[in-house]
Amino acid sequence: MSEHGPGGLSGASDERTLQMVDKSGPFSGWGIFNRSGSADARKTVRFGDAGAVRSMPFWSLLSLVILLLAWWTVTKAWGFPDDFRQQTAVAFAEADPPRELTDNNLVTACRQSPDCDENGYSQVVAPTFFPSPADTWRGFNTLRTEGFKNITLWEHLSTSLFRVGVGMLAGTVVGVPIGFMMGLSSRLRGFFDTPVELFRPIPPLALIPLFILWFGIGNPSAYALLIFASIWIMIIAARAGVRTVSLSKIRAAYSLGASKPQILFRLILPNALPELFTGCRVALGVSWGTLVAAELVGTDTGLGSMIFQARSFFRADIVLVGIIIIALIGVFLDLIIRVVESVLIPWRGKGG
Amino acid sequence: MRNLKVDSVDMVYELPKGGSVQALKDVSFDLTGGRLLTLLGPSGCGKTTLLNILAGFLAPTAGTVKLGDEPITGPGPDRGMVFQQGALFEWLNVRKNISFGPRMRRKPTGETNAKVDELLATVGLKDFGEKRTYELSGGMQQRVALARCLANDPAVILMDEPLGALDALTREKMQGLILRLWKDTGKTIVLVTHSVEEALYLGDRLFVMAPRPGRVEHVYDLPFANTGLDVEPRELKASPEFIEKREEVLSLIWEMEEQIMGHEGS
Repeated sequence: MSEHGPGGLSGASDERTLQMVDKSGPFSGWGIFNRSGSADARKTVRFGDAGAVRSMPFWSLLSLVILLLAWWTVTKAWGFPDDFRQQTAVAFAEADPPRELTDNNLVTACRQSPDCDENGYSQVVAPTFFPSPADTWRGFNTLRTEGFKNITLWEHLSTSLFRVGVGMLAGTVVGVPIGFMMGLSSRLRGFFDTPVELFRPIPPLALIPLFILWFGIGNPSAYALLIFASIWIMIIAARAGVRTVSLSKIRAAYSLGASKPQILFRLILPNALPELFTGCRVALGVSWGTLVAAELVGTDTGLGSMIFQARSFFRADIVLVGIIIIALIGVFLDLIIRVVESVLIPWRGKGG
Repeated sequence: MRNLKVDSVDMVYELPKGGSVQALKDVSFDLTGGRLLTLLGPSGCGKTTLLNILAGFLAPTAGTVKLGDEPITGPGPDRGMVFQQGALFEWLNVRKNISFGPRMRRKPTGETNAKVDELLATVGLKDFGEKRTYELSGGMQQRVALARCLANDPAVILMDEPLGALDALTREKMQGLILRLWKDTGKTIVLVTHSVEEALYLGDRLFVMAPRPGRVEHVYDLPFANTGLDVEPRELKASPEFIEKREEVLSLIWEMEEQIMGHEGS
């Protein structure tokens, strides 16, 4: 509603007054209690008014705090007492050679110490299996500075991101033209329907064994898998994108003197962009998930491979750091696509 | 000025379940260049079909359509098209929408820009060139559609219920704009409408069409379009001559509707 400048319709100024009333409370900007900043506050019918439902940032923050607290409680409450940890740290530092203060070493130290009851802390979740937030933070710092198995976190991360980028790009470059052909010709629609409908339901992970047989462990397998994961999604997005063009737009363009290539590149392509971006978002999410799973078995670098190797060495902290980074990057990638989308196609959902 | 010649045009749609519908039967007319023809009639009378044949979007099952001496075989920039709505390109701003035709036809950029400036002024959108089309009201969007079609300097402008989606007030304003454009450019216009008043006010010639089979039932040559700009539109529409014609055409259409109802009832 902010398009209405000052001196607009009287309805707009009413809205501003309401906003001022709304924002008078100390928390109203955070949206704790009110539907913040709009005339929604004056609505009497609220339950079922799904269009007015927004995500209130305060509550998102609250759930994050609850998650962290739960993690801390589960791990720390049953974890090593702080004084034992400090004593051991001192002892480890003085030892020759100095020992690293890892959970494994702590467990060993506990077993050797008469004052420490192993069962007293590790009955529910031992640090070996579920490290506390603090241990995980330490694991992250080690990973960041020293890396794991001589490969730094950044290398793992960039390898994974690069693979997803290449796989997505290839899937898009091949998939979009096929989707366009399917959207523009009944014959090609029929021809490509068979492979698309047949291969689309196959979970990409089911092909890992086959791809390892064919391409061996490493990048080729990962790329093949990522292309397989994204191509069907992009084909279907492109096909749907072509269909969104209205006959009157096509007719108008022909009447304005456009040629067939111009109809394709100046009309059908830009008109399909919103659908293509939706396809990209879905494909990126699926690719990211597929990649990490593929790296578990099919490669020796990348985030998935990193957490898989860490598991073999009982480094639950590294595993956890890996998982959290995978989650954060997933969110981040989606965010990037959404930002790019809002910049490149501001007309999304406003056609007509 | 090229004439629009329609010679014994038939249009039969084959239905997918078998059988067929005669959308147009033996339609013939010769429209002198520079006239404004309005097509009016109940739904199913084939007025949009006829417009689509003139545009070259549909090929008639029989008969010929010519613009001047050229047979019409497909869409082309000599026949501009204005749709009811939804035919603007929302990824382009107003300027780029208007210049779409010349750009596709690779006209010199400088010339096109000057033309777009002129057209923006003509349709009253001088300060809206950089706006996106979806930021405009329905009436303004139709102004863009008009300007876009004029940018190609077509011989004929075909309008398929161009004001059908607008509110009554905007509609009256836009009728004035169409009349003014017609007078200023001297172009041939064929306009399909549902509104009797609009058909009478804008049409310098009016075809009242009838369904089953679709045909031209009645031809009127009207004085209102020619005086329309000199007289206040409300005054003109309230004049006895206008009201008389309006009632005449309305009763004609009512009769048709009743025949259809009776036909369906039997």
